[in-house]
Amino acid sequence: MLNFNDIMETITMIQEENLDIRTITMGISLLDCADSDIDRSCEKVYNKIYEKAKDLVKTGEYIEKKYQIPIVNKRISVTPISMLVAVSGGDPVKYAKTLDRVAKDVGVNFIGGFSALVQKGFSAGDRELIEAIPRALAETDFVCSSVNIGSTKAGINMDAVKLMGGVVRQAAELTADRQCIGAAKLVVFCNAPDDNPFMAGAFHGVGEPDVVLNVGVSGPGVVRAALAKMPEDAPLNEVAEIIKKTAFKITRMGQLVGTEASRMLGVPFGIIDLSLAPTPAVGDSVAHILEEIGLEQCGTHGTTAALAMLNDAVKKGGIMASSSVGGLSGAFIPVTEDAGMIAAARSGVLGIEKLEAMTAVCSVGLDMIVIPGETPAETISAIIADEAAIGMVNSKTTAVRVIPAIGCKEGDELDFGGLLGSGPIMKLHSQSSCKMINRGGRIPAPMQSLKN
Amino acid sequence: MKAVITVIGKDMVGILAKVSGACAEMNVNVIEVTQSILDGYFCMVMIVDISKMNAEMDVLNGKLKDAVPEMVVHLMHEDIFNAMHRI
Repeated sequence: MLNFNDIMETITMIQEENLDIRTITMGISLLDCADSDIDRSCEKVYNKIYEKAKDLVKTGEYIEKKYQIPIVNKRISVTPISMLVAVSGGDPVKYAKTLDRVAKDVGVNFIGGFSALVQKGFSAGDRELIEAIPRALAETDFVCSSVNIGSTKAGINMDAVKLMGGVVRQAAELTADRQCIGAAKLVVFCNAPDDNPFMAGAFHGVGEPDVVLNVGVSGPGVVRAALAKMPEDAPLNEVAEIIKKTAFKITRMGQLVGTEASRMLGVPFGIIDLSLAPTPAVGDSVAHILEEIGLEQCGTHGTTAALAMLNDAVKKGGIMASSSVGGLSGAFIPVTEDAGMIAAARSGVLGIEKLEAMTAVCSVGLDMIVIPGETPAETISAIIADEAAIGMVNSKTTAVRVIPAIGCKEGDELDFGGLLGSGPIMKLHSQSSCKMINRGGRIPAPMQSLKN
Repeated sequence: MKAVITVIGKDMVGILAKVSGACAEMNVNVIEVTQSILDGYFCMVMIVDISKMNAEMDVLNGKLKDAVPEMVVHLMHEDIFNAMHRI
């Protein structure tokens, strides 16, 4: 028997608190598309993706109607393209254009996987792909790119870190006329997950099945609303309990949608990524949850502790609700995508150091941060190295997605529009990290890697 | 397959008739209705059988909203509630 309160709670969550399925992402393996001729390889890539994903958008829309739940994005992730480049050689941008074309033809919002995994070193195709990233992102609309430069098992590839600083800058430079959007579609990872459905970092890991459907659910607004109903003096363990219960409910809805979609598409269901992914919309902010817990503004002292509790409680609720929780699962802190973070960054309360500390306890890393346009490539590399070190030592995923605001001066803002939001330029240190970055080489894997 | 219809708004004549009329038009069977008037506000939850419905959910949703435009109407599939509130 359905309970009246349960019914009203669910309706309020969806209608007023922005509960939604953030994305259904179809992972497609392209390993069987590799060909020594790049044009033939591209053709095979197009055909396979089109064949597998042609009904993805239609199915998503059908489920939206059936359950009256918004599914915000329909996306595709593919095998890291560097592996195809290794076989075919040629200009990797051809692959990016193929991906862009097929994404437009099947009607998805983004396609991820213009990627390379170089945590321990470069193999054939990796360097070519990485060097082509800025052009690929400038010449396509929907393609997202990611590079894994470190892991707990392998340590950090500092040659790749050095390279990526320049790549991030170039990606921004080539799209300076479009709010430097290129850099917003590029993520540098440490410990990248194989089954992440969220962009820009999604790719289809090599250990995954041929085709798989992953679901990302979100709902910062729901969590904040649940906390707002609690007494002001409720102890933090009770706060954690409420977050856990709410995360449970959100995940169950994701599980329902994911199973239904995978059944309709005849594709195995992969994982649910239960991430509190904010949007710039009012009431859809992770920062506001932290403020609801009891901080005057996100970024002040206590933020890291509150975020650690939030992240952990979200995972615990999710784990109970589904046996296939994966991906990043936790709380995202993308600055430009979160109304509360934007406000905190504007007022100067939230700075890069605090964000870095927060990434040690949340599910990703320095995400969607606008940095000064004159930032040298080496400084970006150093930011990447810092972040990768946090991920490597703590056996967690960390990532860097910073956007150098080319041609902008302090006080200016970049506005990407849509889910990517807008944000002020965040101040960085001007002291050089050149000498360290130019050393290159590798940071050896930490003690944590020797668990065997 | 069942769905839940909720209707909330200022009380007036014929709400139940209009909502159930819209259901009947689409071959949707009303199984259970609970309604109450709280301080002049009409509040109704209706469980309906949609297995023989002759169109898709959003058509029914549109029809319900058209039937009582002055009320707040929500339509949801039963599976959602079961997934979220049952272990």
